[in-house]
This record gives sequence, C-alpha cells and structure tokens, in this order.
Amino acid sequence: MSDKYAVIGKSHIRVDGHAKVTGSAKYTFDIVLPNMLYGKILRSPHPHAKILKIDTSQAEKMIGVKAIVTGKDTLGHKNGPWRRFPELCDEEILCREKVRYIGDAVAAVAAVDEDTAEAALDLIDVEYEPLPAVFDPLEAMKEGAPQLHEHAERNINVTRRIEWGDVNVAFEKCDTILEEQFHTSSQAHLCMETHGAVADFGYDGKLTVWTSTQSNYYIQVLLAGMLGMREGDVRVIKPPSGGGFGSKFELDSAQFCASLLSQKLRRPVKVILTREEEFTATKRKTPMYYYVKMGAKKDGTLLAKEVRVVTEGGAYTAMGSTALYLTGFYSCMPYKWPNYRYDGYRVYTNTAPTSALRGFGAPQAYFAGESMMDMLAAKMKMDPIEIRRKNAVTPNYEVPAQAYIQSCGLGECYDAIEKYMKERGKLPLNRGMGIGNYAFMSGGIFNWFNTPYAFSAVIVKINIDGKVDLFTGACDTGQGSDTTLAIICAEELGVHLEDIRVHADDTDLGPADLGSWGSRETLMNGNAVKMAAADAKRQLLEFAYAKMKPNVVYDLDIKDHKIYMIDRPERFVSYFDIVQDAIRGKQGQTIIGRGHYTPHRKGMVSPAWGFGVQAVEVEVDSETGKVKLIEIVTAHDCGQVINPVGVLGQVEGATMLAAGGAFCEDQPMDNGKILNPSIGDYKVLRSLDMPKTIGIEVDTYEPEGPFGAKEAGEGLTSPTAGAMANAVYNAVGVRIKDLPITPEKVLKALKEKKK
Amino acid sequence: MKKELRLTVNGQPYELYVKPNTLLVEVLRNDLGLTGTKRGCESSSCGICTVILNRMAVKSCSILALQADGAEVVTVEGLANGGKLHPLQKAFLDYGAYQCGFCTAGMLTSAKAFLDETPKPTEEQMREAIDGNICRCTGYNSIIRAMRAVVNGEYEETK
Repeated sequence: MSDKYAVIGKSHIRVDGHAKVTGSAKYTFDIVLPNMLYGKILRSPHPHAKILKIDTSQAEKMIGVKAIVTGKDTLGHKNGPWRRFPELCDEEILCREKVRYIGDAVAAVAAVDEDTAEAALDLIDVEYEPLPAVFDPLEAMKEGAPQLHEHAERNINVTRRIEWGDVNVAFEKCDTILEEQFHTSSQAHLCMETHGAVADFGYDGKLTVWTSTQSNYYIQVLLAGMLGMREGDVRVIKPPSGGGFGSKFELDSAQFCASLLSQKLRRPVKVILTREEEFTATKRKTPMYYYVKMGAKKDGTLLAKEVRVVTEGGAYTAMGSTALYLTGFYSCMPYKWPNYRYDGYRVYTNTAPTSALRGFGAPQAYFAGESMMDMLAAKMKMDPIEIRRKNAVTPNYEVPAQAYIQSCGLGECYDAIEKYMKERGKLPLNRGMGIGNYAFMSGGIFNWFNTPYAFSAVIVKINIDGKVDLFTGACDTGQGSDTTLAIICAEELGVHLEDIRVHADDTDLGPADLGSWGSRETLMNGNAVKMAAADAKRQLLEFAYAKMKPNVVYDLDIKDHKIYMIDRPERFVSYFDIVQDAIRGKQGQTIIGRGHYTPHRKGMVSPAWGFGVQAVEVEVDSETGKVKLIEIVTAHDCGQVINPVGVLGQVEGATMLAAGGAFCEDQPMDNGKILNPSIGDYKVLRSLDMPKTIGIEVDTYEPEGPFGAKEAGEGLTSPTAGAMANAVYNAVGVRIKDLPITPEKVLKALKEKKK
Repeated sequence: MKKELRLTVNGQPYELYVKPNTLLVEVLRNDLGLTGTKRGCESSSCGICTVILNRMAVKSCSILALQADGAEVVTVEGLANGGKLHPLQKAFLDYGAYQCGFCTAGMLTSAKAFLDETPKPTEEQMREAIDGNICRCTGYNSIIRAMRAVVNGEYEETK
C-alpha cells in the first residue's frame, strides 16, 4: 500500500484510546445521577410454570424500597427485534402469566441502594404452578411435548428452507458421498461489562437511558414500543461499552426494568446485571443439531449438499431466527455448490433464549462444513487445500438467488496458507495442523426490524477552525468503529484524524443507524460517512474554485489540509482559509454534508463479502486428551485495510473467542439450570492458553465498500472450530464432531480408536 | 458500625469511615470516585478490579477496605504522572492493547506491578503475570506485545 491514501492504511491510536488507558472513560457501570435509585430483578427458579400470584406487600414495607413493578405494571406488549413478524415478538420481559426458563424476569425493585433492593427480592412472594418442561429441541419437537407458546405447535418457532438445483438427482451422479452428524454447543458472550442501564424518566414525560448497547436506535424504538411512547420521547445514550459480541442489540431486562421503575417514580434508576444473571438471563450462542450429506465427483468437483439443522431456541425468538437463516446460508459457503438444500428448524425449549454470538450462525455452519471438507478430501485422497481451492467461490460469482460476490481474495488466502504450511514442514508426533476457510457478510440486507430509515446515515459538519463533527448512529462496542469512521471521514475530506470529533452515542444527535451487528459498520456506515464528507467537501471546493480560478479542465481535491489541483499538485490553497471563506460566503452557516447508505440489488444477504483461510496447529496429549493450541495463522481478505492495528485486533480477538468456543467454553445444564454461571466455573482462554497468532492481509478492492473496504470483525470467528477439529484429527487421528473439543471427548475417541 | 480507614491512594492520603464489610473496590469507586477501576464478577476470578497495593497486584474485590488500612494503593488513575502517560499506557495505545477498555485498568496495573518487580521477563512470565485478567476483546497477544515494547525500552524518556 503506497501513499495512495494519507490517513487510511496507517495504524492510528484510537479516538477513544486516551480515555480508556487512563481510566477516565465513563461506562454505564460508572454513571451515578443525583437522586438515583438502584434496581434489582427477581427471576424465575422454574424452567416452566404458571404465575398464580405475586405478593409484593412485605417487600414494599421494607425501609428504603421505593417501588416494585411486575408484569401487571406493563402494557403487556411482547418484545422482539423481528418487528415485521408479530408472532416472532414473543418476550414480555416481565412475565405476566407464565415463566418459560430459569431466569425469566417476574418483578423488579427500586431501592436506595443495591443491598436493600437485593434484600427486598427475598420478600416478594411468587406463587408458581410448575408445568412440565422440555429442554432438548429434538424432544420439544415431538407430539405431546410440553408447549411453551400457544401459537407454536410442537414448539416450532421458525423454519427456513434454502434450495437450488436438485440435490436428490445430483447425489445419484456423485462418485463419493459423505453423511455425518454434528453438534455445536452453547457459549456465553461474557462481555466484561455486564448488561446495564441507567434510566431517567422526567416529569416532562421524556425518558433518557444510558446503556451499554450495540444499537442505540433499536433500544430507542423497542423501548418506546414497550412503554407506549413516541420514539422521539425516548433518548438512548451509549457511553463507552464494555463489549457486546452479539448480546447487546436486543432490548434487555436491565433496560426495560430500569425504564419502567423510573417511569413509575420519576427518579433515575440504575440496573446492572450481576455476573450470574449475565450467564443465566441474557441471550447466548445457539446450540445446533446438524445433519449434513455431501457428494462430489471423482475429480473433486462438489456436486450436492444437503443440510438439516435443529436449533435449541430457548424460551424466546430473540435474534435466533436470523441465526437460523444465516446458518443455512453459510452452510453453502464458500463453495460453488450447483445443488444445495437447507432445512432449518428453530425450536422453543425451556432454556435461556439463544441468539447471536459473534458469527451469527456462521461458526456452527463452518465447524460442520470444514470438518466435512477434510473428511471428504481424506476419503478421496485429495489435498485439503486443493479440494477447497478447486470449488471455492471466485470474484463476480453469484450464489444462486442469494448473494453476489464482487471482490474475493480467497485464492490468495489459500496461496498464503499453503506457503506457510510448506515452510512449517513436517510436524512432530502428536502435533497436527488443520485448516478452515470462510466467507462472511459486510452487514445484512434484511430488514426484519422494519426500519423506514436508511440503514446508515451520517451528518458531517465543518466548523470555522476546520474541526469536523461527525454525527452517526454507529455503535462502537470496543471493535473500533468510531476510529474507522473518523479515518474514512478524514481521508475523504483531506484532513487529519485529530480534526475529527465523533458523536456516535446519542439518538438525540445522530441519525438512525442499525448498529453493530453482522460486521456492518465499516461498509455501511463507512459509505454514509464517505458520502457525507464528499458532500461537505464539494461545498468547500466551490469556494476554492472561485479563489484558485483553474482552467476548467482541472479539478480540485483536498489532502493534508491542502486544497490542490489534481494534475498540478504544486498549486494549492489552505484548507483552513477556504473553510473560513466558505462559512463567511454562506452567511455564517457551518458547512453541513449529508450521507446515507442502504444496499440495493445486492441479493438477499449482504452487499459484500470478507474471506479468510486459517491454519490451526495443535498438540494433543494422548495420555490425557488435552489439546494445546500452538499457533494460529489467518490469511484474511477484508478489502482495503482502514486501520491495520485495528484489523489485527479483530483477527486476534475473534480467533480467541472462536478458539474458546471450540476448546473449552460450554454451558452444561441440568433440567434447564445452567451449571456454571460464574467466571470461576466458566472456562475461557486466558493469556497462557492463547497461542501465537499471525495475520496475513490479502490485498483486494471491494467496489461496494468505502475506499474498497469490507468486513473485518465478526467473520473471523468462523473458521477456527473446524480448523481445530481438523488439526486434532491430523495430530492423533480422531474426529470430534461435538463441540467443544474437551479432553474427555478426545480421550474417549482415542480409546475407541484403539479397540 | 463504621470504622476508621487511613490509606494512601495515588499518593494522596485519605481518612474515611467505612462499614467493616466494605470491599476495597467499593471504597475506590464509591467513596473516592476513582471509577477507572471496574468490576466484572462476584467471584474474584476476572481480574478486572486489579489495583496495586503496596507494590503488589491485588484484586480489589477480594479484600476488605479495612485490610488495606495503612496501605499505599495505586489505581489506573495514578499511572500517569505530571500530565505524562506511563510507558505502559503509551504502549497500550500504540499496540492496540485494548478494545472495549473495560479490562484495561486491571491489565495495566497487573502489568505495571509485574514489570516493576521483573524488569527483564520472558514471554512466559509476562503471560503468567496477566493470566488472572480476562480480556474478551484482544486475544491478549497485543497486550504482551505492548509489555514487550516497554521492556525493550521503546518508551524510555530520552534525556
């Protein structure tokens, strides 16, 4: 990457960096308002029960308790992000008649301090009538199983079919066919800042909520709906956020209960979920039963793939319906299947609801898919990279009726990983390397939320001193979107990163944006930023043309605070002078640029695709079954890299999260009760477990993205579990098809292999 | 019944009256307003609330405030000096050793206490030093690179 760009492609200190390393960044967790109360939530101990009676009288008498709310204090509306489909909005948040999982909320208390609120919960008397419960989706689908929701017979929540070609006919023509079953486990997001909100409902009837969220727009609209308010009377402010990973773009119990209590009391109320609540009463990754059959011709050409998935939905829909669809889509990627069929079933169970977790259904699909590719290659005696390369999607490929791929650096990624593996050479005993590859969306095209607004919109304002205000609804939850957007703005306007002030935290100030999910901010909000900055620049350049009076065949641009003639860069005027001229020339108005982005005619899923190939090296202790991660190398195509240090952070962070899910993270249950709801018991990768990581960026240009950029955040969780399973197989010859790959499973498989 | 507590935090002596069951982290955050120190769990297992107490990295949720009577405490707010960032803070910025930032105070204080004791560590020792601190964003390796940069003297003041 040459000096094509002045700001893009160079590593920058993040715009929120100094606040974060000095401890001055104020999170939701840190906010204290005058006259503020503290809220706590009472949750169901039953996986399935009727609520017969809730008696709050004793708790209300307690000194320091100011208010208690139950389902009776709500409008009885049901919440859900899939607003286009009312039957999928199925969560009351404060249950009125029935609880459906251990952790469902039934009441909330506001008191002078947390201890008092906590003590008051013990005095609330809830009379339940326990109902038969069902925990496994395969059981829940059977006739006669306990039914969670009246509208959902056999607990079928959502079904999805994706199909092209004719798999039945195609399987007849295959020389090799493989048929397998896999199972993927649950995983907790484990945001270091738990879900929380401070709600302040004023006597003017307006509500302000500070909350750690991935989409302040969603929370604004969903809260307004649940409370029967106009959207504009709800203001949502997102302070710096201690992580999201897919868990924080739905309305949650902290936000709703804090708002309801504040509405009742007209005092600020703060609700921060405990770590135990975070494990048991927020959403989690979707476990899946995964059946797959695939076939190929003798030469390795893939012909047909059939997938059937049953997902453990938990008690409510949440974002799980999107995960169900995306698992179906990603199960065909990144290969050119001429015949493909997916049938997905999302099934209600009496367990904590399952939803999006960084990857949004993709990691499950790729675990099974990439394991299968290695098994197929072995069966056909082909090289695992070769069979992938032979069938991989290429630039300008159309996935039938689903997606259009423009830029695609997958081929270069294979080359890079192949070169790396060759250099690594033969591995010692009990060591193995496995690969996995993936494609991932740069934001979703679907509009289940039914927003009437553009998917992203931005306002750029230039002030008299040349400082630029960037107003956006994008939500930085730590991934660095504020910095990425500021870099794009600075590049387009020809100013420095320090000139940009990002205002991305407040629904009162910024235009609506769908938020941070599906790896969408760089491409979607980035396009809106670029358009708004270009609009502002055009207004400045009018004054520069007037001043410089170039021959009409010349045009102008801005770089490094210089407005220059593109073909004669030695002729320039100062950006700062022209800003002053322009504002004076506009009778004192600041310069305002507007931009927006909504994908059109880009298929069903996403306007652009990121790609990657990953090699995972492991060492397996054949005595204990313990797997040690040795090294993880990722060749990665995210289009034009905007901020290299940021992209590397995404590569390494996503790898760690995915490796944790593949390696040790799980949420075992007993009759719907999560058995490890504490950080002491829930095992994650720590610094000693984390292997060496290498990221190799492959250079492509995405025509749909700002300056050629596309996704770089979420997709990277996709290849790791499959690559790790393949590595374990290559190390000791056992195939684990059930995540996570624990020592017990490896040891059991080794023993069975010996027999 | 509240009891008297005297301690020094970031060089500033304090005299307070606290309930015997108050945790050090609660005093730091609620009484002194030093909210840079966060909390991430109720089981002393995430490391987010780490502060430096008498030169040792300590989880401030795992000790009572009264146990810190007479102690010298350094929090993330005390790392910068005279308007200048500590070398570790500079390295964290340059190496992108934070994302959401919620674990960062604990990472910095763990790293500082360790490097003050062990100025020339191996990589394994550095990993051990922050093994009690969970970071859910970075994958740790950028934090190790930042620590290595400080060890290598990249951030030493030129005289």
